[in-house]
Amino acid sequence: MANLSVNIGKLKLKNPVMVASGTFGYAEEFKDFIDLKKLGAIVTKTITLKPRKGNSGPRTCETPAGMLNSIGLENPGIERFIVEKLPILKKTGVPAIISIASEGPPEEFVELTRRLDKIKEVSAIELNISCPNIREKSRLISQDARATYDLVKSVRKVTQKTLITKLSPNVTSVVEIAKAAQDAGSDALSLINTLTGMSIDVDKRRPKIASIVAGLSGPAIKPVAVRMCWEVYRAVDLPIIGMGGIMNTEDALEFLMAGASAVSIGTGNFINPKASVEIIAGLKNYMVKFKINDIKKIVGSLKT
Amino acid sequence: MAYQAKGKILKNSCVGGSYFKLSIFCPKISKAALPGQFVNLKISHGFIPLLRRPISIHNVRGSNVDLLYEVVGKGTELLSRKKAGEELDLIGPLGNGFSARGARRAILVAGGMGVAPLLFLAEKLKKQKPLVLIGAKTRKQILCVKEFEKIGCVVKIATDDGSCGFKGRATDLLKKILVRVTIYACGPKPMLKAVCVIAKAKNMPAQISLEEHMACGIGACLGCVVNTTKGMKRVCKEGPVFDSGEIIW
Repeated sequence: MANLSVNIGKLKLKNPVMVASGTFGYAEEFKDFIDLKKLGAIVTKTITLKPRKGNSGPRTCETPAGMLNSIGLENPGIERFIVEKLPILKKTGVPAIISIASEGPPEEFVELTRRLDKIKEVSAIELNISCPNIREKSRLISQDARATYDLVKSVRKVTQKTLITKLSPNVTSVVEIAKAAQDAGSDALSLINTLTGMSIDVDKRRPKIASIVAGLSGPAIKPVAVRMCWEVYRAVDLPIIGMGGIMNTEDALEFLMAGASAVSIGTGNFINPKASVEIIAGLKNYMVKFKINDIKKIVGSLKT
Repeated sequence: MAYQAKGKILKNSCVGGSYFKLSIFCPKISKAALPGQFVNLKISHGFIPLLRRPISIHNVRGSNVDLLYEVVGKGTELLSRKKAGEELDLIGPLGNGFSARGARRAILVAGGMGVAPLLFLAEKLKKQKPLVLIGAKTRKQILCVKEFEKIGCVVKIATDDGSCGFKGRATDLLKKILVRVTIYACGPKPMLKAVCVIAKAKNMPAQISLEEHMACGIGACLGCVVNTTKGMKRVCKEGPVFDSGEIIW
């Protein structure tokens, strides 16, 4: 019997397949299509302290083998999330990882964490310090090692729950930021968030996305994401949740071999709502085929 | 309840210009479909185009789902080359459709491709022989007149250039309606906005079907939201059909 369980900080997952923040709503959107109980974990759409209306449209556009989005963290805010959305997540029985972000000062991360820390159903907290679509700030926290360290450190002080720091690929050295998160006490790393990009309607001479610059996701970014997992895996001891354009089992295996302990399905959910559960089945088949009894043996197993 | 299902193409043919009609055998979706809902089609097996294409349900006949679409880009161009016998991956029926309750007389207002979901609605309302107002820029863009007439609808046409029917807009015809009716509309945004203004002025209920870019079609990506009196709403989930008073233009 193939063992698919993995540990992410204090969190034990029955399999390494999660769904990425912002691509799975609050899980209820997918109940018609898959058995949610099969998932390793569910990462919610990012929650902020106050409700956010998000950016004006158009918010998405298609690109070659990918898509751009600039949603702008539309969410109901922590209060309504706890009352309306958390019970649905609880019912799935799957570990719920709550993604949080601040629209203003970093102190809001601390306040959000304090609120979530008291809730038993919150399995882990993902710090979204890498959303490229909130333009109030010129620079993202995850683009600055010092700011990353300070933020993670301040959040670490108020919770014993598993802390996952989500990193941006829009940096010179992702390793430097990953190390800062590790030094500050992060339990795990999610990488990568979207790559910033643009697309232009040449007839109108206008950007296809209202906010002009947006986040690129989908198969187009997969090689960048795999490379970053590989770099971070070799430099940092924390478990990595790898994501970026995973559409099928083979893609997931690439991330695992590059050093990710778990994977997250993002844009893939939009195209095939069943992608996550198909990948869980696919990983089992791969392990049977290659007589691997524990998925941890695949992690970082790239031959060089 | 929505389904992800494979459907076999029965027919996919040009009905004039760049307009195509696609019939798909898909009992699961045909059984559950309501007027105003849509399906989200995966057109290629590969990653280009990556996203599904949302297309409103034109009609349902037994186990078959009919779609009427215009070739506007790479996705629909690729779709137009699919042949009978090929399979498509569909998700549907999706969204909140028209609410066809109430005995009040119905007027259907279509702008161009807006006829697509309204035929299915007319089918449901055929007992009361609804009036259908179809507008477009020119004669060649007037679609489905025969189909509406076949089920007993009275059709009035308006074209911007006067090449067919009344010279003007479908909403100009709507303004002339004096009896109290329920308005059902689908078409380009300026037309829908005009419908909302008329409905408000005449104090008539109106349901409008909106269109937005969407990545997922199932309520997860929040790419297709519109601003409403009750906050941000997803065109794919709370829509595509909204009450006219709800939308903040």
